[in-house]
Amino acid sequence: MYPIIVFSVSGLLMLFLGLSVNKKSLLPYNLLFMLVGLASNFLDWNAPGLYFNGMLEISNPIILVQWVLIFAAILVSGISSRQFDDTHAYPAEYYAIMQFALVGALIMVSFQNLLMLFVGLEILSVGLYVLTGSDKRNLRGNEAAIKYFLMGSFATGIFLFGVAMFYGATGSFDISSGNSVANNLLEGKMFFWLGMVFIFIGLLFKISAAPFHFWTADVYQGAPTVFSAFMATIVKTAVIFALFRLAAYSFNLEYENWSKFLVIIIGLSMVIGNVTAVFQTNFKRVLAFSSISQAGFMLLSLIGLGAQSYGNLGFYSLSYALATISAFGVFLVISSNTIVEGRPSENINVFDGLFSRNPDLAIILLISMLSLAGIPLTSGFWSKFFVLNDAAAKGYFWILILGVLMSAVSLYYYFNPIRASFKKTDLGKIEISSLSKYTLYVCAALTILFGIAPNILRSLF
Amino acid sequence: MFESSIDRIPDVFMKVPLVNFVLLATMLFVIGIVGVLIRKNAIIIFMSIELMLNAVNMLLIAFSSYKSDPNGQIFVFFIMAVAAAEVAVGLAIIVMIFRNIKTIDISILNKLRG
Repeated sequence: MYPIIVFSVSGLLMLFLGLSVNKKSLLPYNLLFMLVGLASNFLDWNAPGLYFNGMLEISNPIILVQWVLIFAAILVSGISSRQFDDTHAYPAEYYAIMQFALVGALIMVSFQNLLMLFVGLEILSVGLYVLTGSDKRNLRGNEAAIKYFLMGSFATGIFLFGVAMFYGATGSFDISSGNSVANNLLEGKMFFWLGMVFIFIGLLFKISAAPFHFWTADVYQGAPTVFSAFMATIVKTAVIFALFRLAAYSFNLEYENWSKFLVIIIGLSMVIGNVTAVFQTNFKRVLAFSSISQAGFMLLSLIGLGAQSYGNLGFYSLSYALATISAFGVFLVISSNTIVEGRPSENINVFDGLFSRNPDLAIILLISMLSLAGIPLTSGFWSKFFVLNDAAAKGYFWILILGVLMSAVSLYYYFNPIRASFKKTDLGKIEISSLSKYTLYVCAALTILFGIAPNILRSLF
Repeated sequence: MFESSIDRIPDVFMKVPLVNFVLLATMLFVIGIVGVLIRKNAIIIFMSIELMLNAVNMLLIAFSSYKSDPNGQIFVFFIMAVAAAEVAVGLAIIVMIFRNIKTIDISILNKLRG
């Protein structure tokens, strides 16, 4: 609850700081505010309950998820150092909007009332529409912004229709009221089922699960890379936890009905995400399709829906955020050093000879790609293991086999950048700012740490 | 939080069955969806999305009246406020695109390919 207040205030402060402070010293302020937010979350520890007239729920597992979100935002700010130095960038506004968007994400993981879910979703989305289009002169950025905006508001409309139907069936927006219609006759349940389907579709749009994924690759490619990383990690984590809350508290009695459809969506996400990624040459598009398949894996914990599922999903979100942010971070440094036709190259061949140009970055890239592919000794292996284990406990063995098969397919495209980075090259060394260097070290170190001892994190949930 | 102040449905609503409101709202919503899917002009798509939101508003108000529960009407205020914020951002994006390419036809926006 406190970080919501902290970030609302600090976002405003950030806007004022933009007037008075030098552009380059805004990032330390942003990191300071985020650390204050991270620390203020501790005030809610061991004080579970409903706040703001039953609008938000706070409990220790929810606080841990909020930590994951804020920590991911800190890492994204870390890799953004030196990216906003040119004259057309307005870092004060970007950081302020990032903090406001974070408020939306924090609300989305702790809502108790569908009104709060809607408000949180919109705070997060509207902020990201602006960030996607923040590079005003870039036509690709413009195109990505309008695509994201139109698809996002379309999804919001569908989601709201579902909320209205839910209200019609239950007479309340409280998420626990979903259980009140469990024993109704078919007539009363009609509205409830319609509402459930539309709410699911609206949120699956936002999480970019197949077949609602068609906007993802274009938006990730066109958005500035820092904000693609923000989208890939924070939006995905916030929406998946919102879906988890709905599945666990509102729709749990209808589990038999929706799980059959959800498992098909998971299968589609895995197949479409992984198979399409093989044919991509643009690294941001590869990561976009990889994020579609990772969304499929994350949704597996909704199928599991057991006592451990929440912790498994938290572990998955953190390990996915660490791996993705370090992939985007390495890519950001290299592509801004490789200018083709006046703008940073995004082709996979920017990684050519990375090992001789900067061995540290090559090792970090290797770790993050191994983690995304789910190779043992990285946290990505355990996160996939836990969610697949969860789904198998409910008897969905075919999705387990499909998941393992698709992980094997994903090895191909995750190894492309690694292969490229060990090529010979005569290009010069790559310099990297110390802040992004330490951010990337932290990501890689935590990926290995949680890969060796996953229970450090998992026992907290 | 909000105690019901009226304990019965107002007479004027009794004359129209709830299902009529639901059907009308659903029709408006479907028109909005079809508009988003088939039109090419960004402003028209935008209007279709607003139509979807307003269909939802009507649905909420109808349910709210028939259940004598004010929560639904409060939700409508939130939708209106958020939709206004979305309009501000959306029109800004459209203006930004118009400045760069002098058109708002989304079918010529196809630079993003693998």
